[in-house]
Amino acid sequence: MIEISALTKSFGSREVLRGVDLCVRPGRVTAVVGSNGAGKTTLIKCLLGLARPDGGDIRIDGARVGTDPAYRATIGYASQMSCFPEHLTAREVTRILLDLRGESAVIDWELFERLALAPHLDTRVRALSGGTRQKLAVALAFLFGPRLLVLDEPSAGLDPVANAVLKDKILSERSDGKTVLVTSHVMSELDELADDIVFLRGGRVGYAGSVQKLRVFTGQPHLERAIASMMKREVICA
Amino acid sequence: MRVAAKIASFQLLDVLRSRWLFGYAIFFLLTTELLLRFGGDATRALVSLTSIVLFIVPLAAIVFATIYVHRAREFIELLLAQPVGRGAMFAGTYGAMAVSLSAGVVLGVGMPFVVRGGGGVAGAAAVLVGAGVALTLVFAGAGVALALHTDDRLRAFGIALGVWACAALAYDAILLVLATAMAGAPLERPLLVATLANPIDLARVIMLAHLDISALMGYTGASFTRVFGAVTGTAIAAASLAAWAAGPALLGARLFRRKDF
Repeated sequence: MIEISALTKSFGSREVLRGVDLCVRPGRVTAVVGSNGAGKTTLIKCLLGLARPDGGDIRIDGARVGTDPAYRATIGYASQMSCFPEHLTAREVTRILLDLRGESAVIDWELFERLALAPHLDTRVRALSGGTRQKLAVALAFLFGPRLLVLDEPSAGLDPVANAVLKDKILSERSDGKTVLVTSHVMSELDELADDIVFLRGGRVGYAGSVQKLRVFTGQPHLERAIASMMKREVICA
Repeated sequence: MRVAAKIASFQLLDVLRSRWLFGYAIFFLLTTELLLRFGGDATRALVSLTSIVLFIVPLAAIVFATIYVHRAREFIELLLAQPVGRGAMFAGTYGAMAVSLSAGVVLGVGMPFVVRGGGGVAGAAAVLVGAGVALTLVFAGAGVALALHTDDRLRAFGIALGVWACAALAYDAILLVLATAMAGAPLERPLLVATLANPIDLARVIMLAHLDISALMGYTGASFTRVFGAVTGTAIAAASLAAWAAGPALLGARLFRRKDF
């Protein structure tokens, strides 16, 4: 379970997160949505320790997120910008992560196989297409069988086949009791995947709860329209 | 340390495969070889080579480090999302950069002297290679710190060029103008401080004191050796340059620990 309380983060004079209180339930797919600049990526970066919160508290399975990096051993992450060292091969990039995780890590090669990455493993990153780089980024996120998956716009640049494979994998991880936190601008995609929705507006939580309740609350059967309805509302509800 | 070494080994592989670094080493190799063949005696060749090293090494190190850190930013994010500490990540990244750039200087400048058995100036050549490595550490550290401090890639690149231009081109000229304008004032102490404040001047002092050519030391360097003498001056300059080599790297490490990626 991820518990976030009173989380604040500013970049210079710009307040990006203004007291986020949130509870992400385990074994569910939680989608973080909101307009550009709402604070989605900053929230994820605070969770991963990539950005230092100005205030508040983040706990993952009861352990406080601080300067000790050990907690990240249970997290798999794919960012929206899949950039790897250009002169390394895909296999070498994978090897770095394997080396850093150590011998004891559980390895799950399923996505490497299903995304057909094997023929590209000995190709240098600079020669890979953007889509293949993104496939690699996604496969690396699942490689160590993490209990928590943090996926920031994971489908950006993926072809429809790869996207379907990714969705299947997310749903299969959920059925294995894993927690998935995902951001996306493609609402139809989240409609298929998400159990819960966190809607961020202006650095605050506008809605946090199940997709089902959101549909009832907004009176909209489709997630995209329900979110659009939330965006138009002035009143923040929790 | 083990984690830092693993990160460094892969970063090093990435850097070594780039043609840029290969070209850097070849440039020094050809320049040194040509100067030794056609630049008169070995001492004169070494003096010319010193000017080139003091000019090119700081430029290459600060520009390469700034660009490299900016380009590696997303990958650094991915590695920091693993159970890896920021200290190890910084040490690995900076270490790989420092080792690869230093290797370019050591091989490019040093190899032609090694092939000639020192060419009669083995000691001075070794000092020049050492000064080149020290300047690499100073300016690579400065480049890393700059890239971490300034998120805008173009702006960071511009500042890197500005830092180099100030240290390598404008510094001595500005001091000379100031000293001329303040003729008659007791300037010895300020000039000593001015020499300590510029690692390129320190490297020049060390090198030319070793060759005993004070005429080429520049304004601040000449003043430095006049006060301390060649031996003490060299020792003080070497200690100061070592401190300079550590300073920007420590600043970079501090910025890296606090950086929001």
